[in-house]
Amino acid sequence: MTDQTITVRFFARLREELGTEQLTLPANKYQTAGDLLAELASQGGPWAQLQGDQPVMIAINQAMAKSNATVKAGDEVAFFPPVTGG
Amino acid sequence: MISIQTDDFDAGTEYAALRESGTGTGAIATFTGLVRDSGDTQGVSGLFLEHYPGMTEQVIADLIDEASRRWDVRQARVIHRVGKLRLQDQIVFVGVCSAHRADAFAACEFIMDALKTSAPFWKKELSESGEHWVEQKASDVARGEAWRK
Repeated sequence: MTDQTITVRFFARLREELGTEQLTLPANKYQTAGDLLAELASQGGPWAQLQGDQPVMIAINQAMAKSNATVKAGDEVAFFPPVTGG
Repeated sequence: MISIQTDDFDAGTEYAALRESGTGTGAIATFTGLVRDSGDTQGVSGLFLEHYPGMTEQVIADLIDEASRRWDVRQARVIHRVGKLRLQDQIVFVGVCSAHRADAFAACEFIMDALKTSAPFWKKELSESGEHWVEQKASDVARGEAWRK
């Protein structure tokens, strides 16, 4: 049986402020990472910041991606603030 | 070789290992980053570092590959710590072996600059006034982008 879901992960400030580390969502509702982001932001409250003033970076299957990148069943999509390592 | 770890590292041991990279190596450049007492906030007493396991290692491996295409790189070593760190703790180590110094300096600086803006690490500053997720600096972004021109 194929996995018909998308795994969504959050890191750092977003993980803390959303109080969420990981979500599993049905894959058939979303075409792009941007669709996912818009849907999550529409929940309001802290989720609104996903489409707020602060930039949100996107990775699909652990590679940086743009919001118009396609998402499909089995993908791991991550949203996080600009990186600050080193 | 790439290591993401909570444990400290010994820069001397890493340097000694880089010296074994072969008789063609004529230069070794190393960089070590430390926790300092001020950043976005004053009176920083420590840091908490989070990362994205799996993606972090892949991004750094890609940066080392890119450095190896652009310069003479005989061997490269990157260590980045995660978890809770105290003032003056070592955070990151980058070491590059090349035939000549110019390539060693450039590749080491490139890996470090590109890591700061593309490897998925996030720093949180800890101080008496509380906790603060560090904001990405425009100057770091500019340094990262300068290598792409």
